[in-house]
Amino acid sequence: MTAAIPDVVGPLQIEAEVVSRRRVGAYHHLTLVARGIAEQVLPGQFVALAVGGPDSSMLLRRAFSVYRARPSGAHGGTVEIVFAEAGRGTRWLAGVEAGDLVDTVGPLGRPFRVPETPGAAVLVGGGYGIAPMFALADSIAAAGGRAHFVLGAGSADRLFGVVEARRRGGTVVVTTDDGSAGTRGLVTDVLPDLLMSTGATAVYACGPMGMLAAANRVAVNTGASCQVLVEESMACGIGVCMTCVLPIIGDDGVTRMTRTCTDGPVFDGSAVRFTDVGTVPADTFGAPIVHAGGS
Amino acid sequence: MSTRIAGLRLPNPVMTASGCAAAGRELGQFIDVAGLAAVVTKSIFLSARAGRPTPRMAETPSGMLNSIGLQGPGIESFIEKDLAWLVEKGARPIVSIAGDSTGEYIELARRLRATGVVAALEVNISCPNVENRGLVFACDPDSAARVIAGVRRETVPGVPVLAKLTADVTDIVAVARVCVDAGADGLSLINTLLGLTIDATTLRPTLAGVTGGLSGPAIRPVALRCVYQVHAAIPDVPIVGIGGVRTGADALEFVAAGASAVQVGTAVFGDPHAPTRILNELIAELASRGVSKLTDLIGIAH
Repeated sequence: MTAAIPDVVGPLQIEAEVVSRRRVGAYHHLTLVARGIAEQVLPGQFVALAVGGPDSSMLLRRAFSVYRARPSGAHGGTVEIVFAEAGRGTRWLAGVEAGDLVDTVGPLGRPFRVPETPGAAVLVGGGYGIAPMFALADSIAAAGGRAHFVLGAGSADRLFGVVEARRRGGTVVVTTDDGSAGTRGLVTDVLPDLLMSTGATAVYACGPMGMLAAANRVAVNTGASCQVLVEESMACGIGVCMTCVLPIIGDDGVTRMTRTCTDGPVFDGSAVRFTDVGTVPADTFGAPIVHAGGS
Repeated sequence: MSTRIAGLRLPNPVMTASGCAAAGRELGQFIDVAGLAAVVTKSIFLSARAGRPTPRMAETPSGMLNSIGLQGPGIESFIEKDLAWLVEKGARPIVSIAGDSTGEYIELARRLRATGVVAALEVNISCPNVENRGLVFACDPDSAARVIAGVRRETVPGVPVLAKLTADVTDIVAVARVCVDAGADGLSLINTLLGLTIDATTLRPTLAGVTGGLSGPAIRPVALRCVYQVHAAIPDVPIVGIGGVRTGADALEFVAAGASAVQVGTAVFGDPHAPTRILNELIAELASRGVSKLTDLIGIAH
């Protein structure tokens, strides 16, 4: 007998069993049994994983966008993520095997907003930043819209999901910095033409901050809307540590140092002060008052 | 499991630590905040503060370095939204206050007295993440005494005033005595320790704020030393032990060293259930020793 899944609205903390962990190019693809989380997760939301086991000297959670969530299946609900080995925590995660348990919190953050009649949209991903875009493409398709893809990376081995993107039926453009796959150059080199040829009126992007800023610029120049999914480093993922903030312009026009975990990770591109990231702009709510001539 | 901090009776000894639980609302998605001894809120100033630029955080071995810069909404919004939420949920709010001047601390105490709902005040005179590190009041006995005396005067008798101290001083016992003489009803020991990390790629400090506050189990032995020394010197003053509490056994170490209660901080970032889990583990630690009253173990290491 299986217990009924509680009709929870909000994040859960669970011991998630690893179904599989396999290498995909330069990345790892991890599938976790995540009953209660898988049923709730929406495109653009993320999970925060504890790393290193219960006595780990690594105290902080690692946040990962959800690649796929399957509410039911052979293992019950599963959640999948894609990650790169970038430090001690992800190195540990790259060593987990089927049957291991990973302390998982989710779903976290605010999802992408898909309009009721989405029309055509271009989904842009840098490296494994494309991972959360497939669920978004499904949402757009389900609402009667059409999703096209731009996948960019430094080199061919750092691309993710090219075949999966092609299977969706829209236009797929690939760029690499070194020309080892697709067009040599940046995602934003090909984005204007793709927006034109597809008639897309919306851009959704996930990747490094510079790429998000550039994608947003292209969207602004062509009159398209733009939502960006930011991946800032964070300690908790649940809104208490205040480390993952960015200068974000609110609906009231006021810039605040805004938590990307609870108020993001998805923002309207126009709300993010890209050029001010890493600073507290002088007009930010609560910014220190600088006295003329002071030091 | 009940304990007491001066006039404040608590059903158990486990609180959240300031700056690690915001004002309780986010943790409320995971645990019953009313079941904790108290929710100690993130230090609040009179005015809103944007905090420091990012990066604000670096993970260190068994620890974390942070330079948030006390980002917060200011006292008015805090009272209206955050404090009201805690009261509505039935939690005991211990409000951490911080200021750039003695007058600011006093004004904060005055505003909070008017609410009538604060279980205790924790006076943060030891945060390393202020613009002018010369303003770490707890490093200067005279400033510390002025702040504590002023806050005590503005606070209703029976509502304890706790002084939160730093271990970054030559003699923490001396600072503790000064605060108690100035009217502190209890001491919260300790705040983060000033630290620094270097980014291996850029070979520059990792944090935008250059230095930051070190927390987590890495500082637990320092915190235990401070609790032990202060309890030995002034055993009748209640101490709230803070610093790397991650398990019930850790909490018990603090109690044995002389703490009447403990706060759970950095552990919350890794485990949002940590305060409740640690309380349950502490209950089990006592049971396994056949001890029925927590208070029988306070300072037993001496």
